[in-house]
Amino acid sequence: MIDRNDVILKVDNLKTHFRTDEGIVKAVDGVSFSLRKGETLGFVGESGCGKSVTNLSLMKLIPSPPGRIVDGKVLFHDRDILKMKENEIRGIRGNKISMIFQDPMTSLNPFLKISTQLVETIILHQKKNEKESRKRAIEMLELVGIPAPAKRIDSYPHQFSGGMRQRVMIAMALSCNPEILIADEPTTALDVTIQAQILELIKDLSEKLGTATILITHDLGVVAGMCDTLNVMYAGRIIEKSDVSTLFSDPKHPYTIGLIKSVPRLDKKTGQKLYSIKGQPPNMIGMPECCPFHPRCEHTMDICRKKYPPVYDNGSGKTVNCWLFPAEPGNYSDEHKSADEHHMTGGAV
Amino acid sequence: MTKYIIRRFIGLFPTILVIITISFFIIRAAPGGPFDSEKTLPKQIQENIEKKYHLDEPVIKQYARYMLSIIRGDLGPSYRYKDQDVNYYIAKSIPNSLFLGAISMIIAVVFGITAGMISALRQNTWIDYLSMSVAVIGITIPLFVTGPVLVYFFAMKLNWFPTSGWITGRYGWTTLVLPVITLSFNNFAYIARLTRASILEIMRSDFIRTARAKGLKTSVILFRHVLKGAMLPVVSYLGPAFSAVLTGSVVVETIFRVPGMGKFFIQSALNRDYTLILGTVIVYSVILVIMNFIVDIVYAYLDPRISYK
Repeated sequence: MIDRNDVILKVDNLKTHFRTDEGIVKAVDGVSFSLRKGETLGFVGESGCGKSVTNLSLMKLIPSPPGRIVDGKVLFHDRDILKMKENEIRGIRGNKISMIFQDPMTSLNPFLKISTQLVETIILHQKKNEKESRKRAIEMLELVGIPAPAKRIDSYPHQFSGGMRQRVMIAMALSCNPEILIADEPTTALDVTIQAQILELIKDLSEKLGTATILITHDLGVVAGMCDTLNVMYAGRIIEKSDVSTLFSDPKHPYTIGLIKSVPRLDKKTGQKLYSIKGQPPNMIGMPECCPFHPRCEHTMDICRKKYPPVYDNGSGKTVNCWLFPAEPGNYSDEHKSADEHHMTGGAV
Repeated sequence: MTKYIIRRFIGLFPTILVIITISFFIIRAAPGGPFDSEKTLPKQIQENIEKKYHLDEPVIKQYARYMLSIIRGDLGPSYRYKDQDVNYYIAKSIPNSLFLGAISMIIAVVFGITAGMISALRQNTWIDYLSMSVAVIGITIPLFVTGPVLVYFFAMKLNWFPTSGWITGRYGWTTLVLPVITLSFNNFAYIARLTRASILEIMRSDFIRTARAKGLKTSVILFRHVLKGAMLPVVSYLGPAFSAVLTGSVVVETIFRVPGMGKFFIQSALNRDYTLILGTVIVYSVILVIMNFIVDIVYAYLDPRISYK
């Protein structure tokens, strides 16, 4: 059994900002979470809410300039990645923590053979020679379900279909037995039929290899089937954190409720208009210290326009940042207040 | 790949044929002929001359005669320079042009790509600004300014190099320096800017993010993942640039009195020297077409997607 308390990655108050001509975009503004060994953690939210930037920041892959990680800690086995030297981080990238990206059409180098791209990663991290690495690469291709891998390994990416390329990306990401796999919308660019296969593959392999997975998506159906824990993000912050079953059965934040309501359902009467959250995600430049969701929220109160809501913890791992909750007796004492104040200025949850 | 190369190679011949044919008829359509002059020749003499060169025949017959002769490798007699035929003048001048052009181009490519790479890697630092400013000067200032300015400072003021001449003359190899600099400066500038721009573009692409996420070093990323794709625009610029420089820059050859082919392009056209015009056109187009052929092959080598399209 996986030890549920074995935290391998702890992110604390991460802030990544981008400088633009119009002002500073706080793409990630105080995100904290932790990942346990073997856990599958989901990130959901609309486009531009900071899911991808959060996860690119973990490995310092933010293009800089214009991006900059301004604050926070990323503790990987209690060591802060953000403080490591470049060559030390390189030893982690692709080795201990690896990534799969959204668009398999553009994520593989079109000028190089699949074999070159797979083998170079293995040689780099596993201190194997060319021949052994190639053998390992073929094994990996076989594992992800590429037919005749020994022959196809010398193909170029354009000779593969989208789904096959994503399989190659998965093979590449898992070739060094990473502890963490970050999958950034791995199925968004694929056909629906292929999506299920790819997700199944990621799930199977990460279970088999004991890899913890961070899955970034805007598809609630995907997270429902795959994740243990979920982080719902809005405007650069996590606004609700919960295990999957309670998130769907008992969503707290109005935004989460809205998201769940906007998923089309087979068990509801047809012919009804699909629910949608009104309005647009906020402009991330120069956002005031209020609840960023208040212009779109159905329960907006005065305080929502003035202050960012503190964190409400139900005691069993579920947290919500919404003014509807802190007032509940027993959950929002003075003692919590200081912690919340801390959170608002960027403290840990 | 082999099939692709063969297909491209076969395609060269019709291209050259079309170029020769069009040039042949355009030249003859232009007003004036090789033997027209202010002083009217007696009718009989004029007719005799035209007869000697078959200019009295119908154009289509002249065309057939000309095509048969170039298949035998004979570009015909020059109508103006009576001593020798076109083959002689081209054979004598083209090696000089090729030599000067090849050296200039190699220098432009080596320095241009290096400067472009350094600029891209050190984007927005002083070294980037410096090399890109030099490149802008190279692009904007024409050869006929660069040449004389160099001559003024390095030949007349500092006396380091001769003002003009050729390696066979008494100043020997030193005569090469200034024309080579003049001829390569412009191409160096273009290549540097192209290299910088395309490296920066590729650096921003998704697959470079993947390469970084794999933990590869910047140098490995640059040489293995970036350079192949970044060279595509540079290579396609090189084809025409090479053939222009190889066949001789009229300006540079005139300024530095290089015994190259460049001057025949102008002189033959002014003289209506039909065969010499066609001779230079054929040489230029053959070189251009071959260069483009090489570019196509290099392209297919760099980008595996090409030969399959």
